[in-house]
Amino acid sequence: MNKFKTYFVMLVLGYFMSMATNTALASSDIKIGVMQPLSGVYAGPGQSGLDGFLLALKPYTNNSHQNSIEVITLDTEAKPARAPELATSLLMQHKADFIFGPAHSGVAMGMIKVLRGKDTVMIIPNAGAAAATGSLCSPNIFRTSFSSWQPSYPMGKVALDKGYKDVYLISWNYGMGRESLEAFEESFEAGGGNVVKKVLMPFPSTNFQPHISDIAAQDPDAVFVFFAGGGAAKFVKDYDAMGLRGKIPLLGSGFLTEGTLEAQGEAAEGVLTTLHYAEQLDVPKNLEFRETFHTEYGHYPDIYAVQGYDAGQAIIKTINLLDGDVSDKQAVINTMEKLTINSPRGDFTFSRAHNPVQNIYLREVKNGVNVVASVAAEALEDPARGCKL
Amino acid sequence: MTTELFFVQLINGIQYGLLLFLIASGLTLVFGVMGILNLAHGSMYMVGAYLVWYFVTVTGSFTVSAVISAIIALTLGILIERVLIQRLYNRNHLDQVLLTIGMIFVFNSLQSILFGNDPYGVAVPGALGGGIPFTDNSSYPIYRIFAALICVAIAGALYYVVRSTRLGMLIRAGESNREMVEALGVNIKSLYTIVFAIGVMLAAVSGIIAAPMRSIVPGMGESVLITCFVVVVIGGMGSITGAFVGALLVGLISTFSSVLMPSMSNMIIYIFMILVLLVKPQGLFAK
Repeated sequence: MNKFKTYFVMLVLGYFMSMATNTALASSDIKIGVMQPLSGVYAGPGQSGLDGFLLALKPYTNNSHQNSIEVITLDTEAKPARAPELATSLLMQHKADFIFGPAHSGVAMGMIKVLRGKDTVMIIPNAGAAAATGSLCSPNIFRTSFSSWQPSYPMGKVALDKGYKDVYLISWNYGMGRESLEAFEESFEAGGGNVVKKVLMPFPSTNFQPHISDIAAQDPDAVFVFFAGGGAAKFVKDYDAMGLRGKIPLLGSGFLTEGTLEAQGEAAEGVLTTLHYAEQLDVPKNLEFRETFHTEYGHYPDIYAVQGYDAGQAIIKTINLLDGDVSDKQAVINTMEKLTINSPRGDFTFSRAHNPVQNIYLREVKNGVNVVASVAAEALEDPARGCKL
Repeated sequence: MTTELFFVQLINGIQYGLLLFLIASGLTLVFGVMGILNLAHGSMYMVGAYLVWYFVTVTGSFTVSAVISAIIALTLGILIERVLIQRLYNRNHLDQVLLTIGMIFVFNSLQSILFGNDPYGVAVPGALGGGIPFTDNSSYPIYRIFAALICVAIAGALYYVVRSTRLGMLIRAGESNREMVEALGVNIKSLYTIVFAIGVMLAAVSGIIAAPMRSIVPGMGESVLITCFVVVVIGGMGSITGAFVGALLVGLISTFSSVLMPSMSNMIIYIFMILVLLVKPQGLFAK
C-alpha cells in the first residue's frame, strides 16, 4: 500500500512540475493546436492536411519573425471517442489560440462538443459533417473544406442537363454517405428527376457485386454514388468489371476519384464527379501552390493539402490584420469571417455559418486525370440548416 | 426479384463464398491442428495483397509476382512459427491472443512505413481481362470465374492432402493426440512449423488472388478477419469441411441480404451465426 502512495504522490508532483515547466517555456506569442489523424486508416488525408497547413505557416514558425507561432500536434487516430479529451487538453492545458483539425467527421463532432463557444478558434480542414456549420454552428468554428451537401448538390442539375431521368443512388449508411445522397436528391427531384432506388450499405462494407448486379437489372439512366478511399477504388473497379462502364454513366461526389485514380486505372475513365477542387484546375494560385508544395515535400499536393493550406492562410491573414494580437477572440472571429481566401481552388469567402462559399467544378476522368469540364455551381453556399448565426 | 436476377446473385454469392473459404481455411487448419488462435491471420491476407501489388509494379507480371509473394509468405510463416509461436504451445489461449493481436499492430505499422497509406490497385492480368456476356447489359469478369476455380482447386487439394497423404495422416494424428504422435518418433515440432507456414501461405494466397478484385488499403486485414471468424465458428473451429460449408453459407446470405435489406445485411450474418450456435454450439461440423 505504501508503494502505491509513493507512486501517487510522485505522479501528482510530476504533473504539477510538468505544468510549471510548460508555463516557463511558453515564450511564443501564439499557440496553435493540431488535431489530425496521423496514424490509422485516415493517416493519409491527416498528414496531407497537416503538410499543407504547415506550408502556409512556414514563414512564421521560425523565431526570426516577430510573432513566433508554436504548433502543438496531437494524433487523433481518427477515433471520435478520444476527441473530447484531446480537445480539452489543447483548450485548458495548452491554452491554444487556434485549433486546427480534424479530418474525420466523428472526431469533429467530439471536438465541437468541447470547443463550441469557447475562447479559441477551431478551424476544420476536412470533416464535412453538415452539423459543423449547420445545427451545431458557432461563432468560433470555421471550416475551409466543404459541407457534405456542397459537392453533391450541383450533380442533380448536371444529371438533368444530361437528360438522365431515372437515377440509382448508392452509398454507405453513415453521415457523409446519407447527406451526399440527400443533397443530390434535393436538386435532382426538384428538377423533375426520379430516383429509381436508394441503397445505403453498412459502412465500411465493400461487397459491391450484388448491388452492381442489381443496378444492371434495374437499368437506370445513370448511377450516383458517394464512396471514398479504398471503397471508392473498389466500387469503380467492380462497376467496370461487371461491364457497366460506358453503358450506364457513373456519377459521383468528387471523392470517388480523389487519390484513387492510380488504383482505379482504366476503370475510372469517363466517370463524372463534382467537387470544389481539381488538381489540374487552371488557376494561377493553384499552379504556384502545387510547385511550392512539391519543392517542400517532394510530391504534389492533393485536395486535403489544399484545405489544410487554406486553413493556414486564414489564420496567418487574421494574425497579420490584427498585428499579431489575438488575445481578443471576438476580434479574431470578426476578422476571420470577413476574409477572402486566395485558395488554389479559386477565391472563396466564409458564409454566415463559416463554411466556404465556393465554386463546385464538374470533372471528368480522362487518361487518369480529373479534367475540369465546367463550373457546375458558382459561389455555392451551404444552406446551413439549423444554424442561428 | 426476377428469376434471372436470382441466378445472378446466386453466382455472386458462391463466388464470394469461395474466396471466403480460401481466407478462412488457413485459420481453421492452424487452429484445428495446433490449437493456435491466430488473430494475425487477416494481416497475412494483407501481406499477400501488398506484396503482389509491390512486385507487380516492379516486375510487371502478375504470375511472377504471385509466385514470389507466396514464397515470401511461406518463409514468413516459418519464421513467425519458429521465433514467436513456438513459445506459446504450452500457454493458454489468452497469451496467444495477446501475441497475435500485437502482430496485427506490427504488420499494420510496417505496411504504413513501407508502402504508405494510399489505396492501391492491381490490374487484372491481361490474359484474364474482360468478361463474358452475362445479362442484357452486364458481363461477368473472367478473372472472377478464374479466382473461383482456383479457390475450388485449392479446396480440393487441401481435402486430398489431409485425407490421403502421409502429411495429412500426421496432421490428423497430431490433432487427436499430440503426445502419442511424438512418442512414435514423429518430429511434431517441424510438423507444426509446416502446418503454420501453410496456414500463413493460404491467407497470403487469398490476398494475392483477391488483389485485382479489391483495393489494397490499410486495415484490409482486419476487415476480412471478422468475417473469417464468423465462417470458422459457423463451420466448427478446426474443420476444413466446416469452413467450406460455412463460407458458402455466409457468402450466399450476405449477398442476398445485402440486396434485399441492405441496411441490415451486416447484422444478418451474425444473427445466423447465433442461430447456428444455439442449435449446434460447436458449429456445424465440429469434431
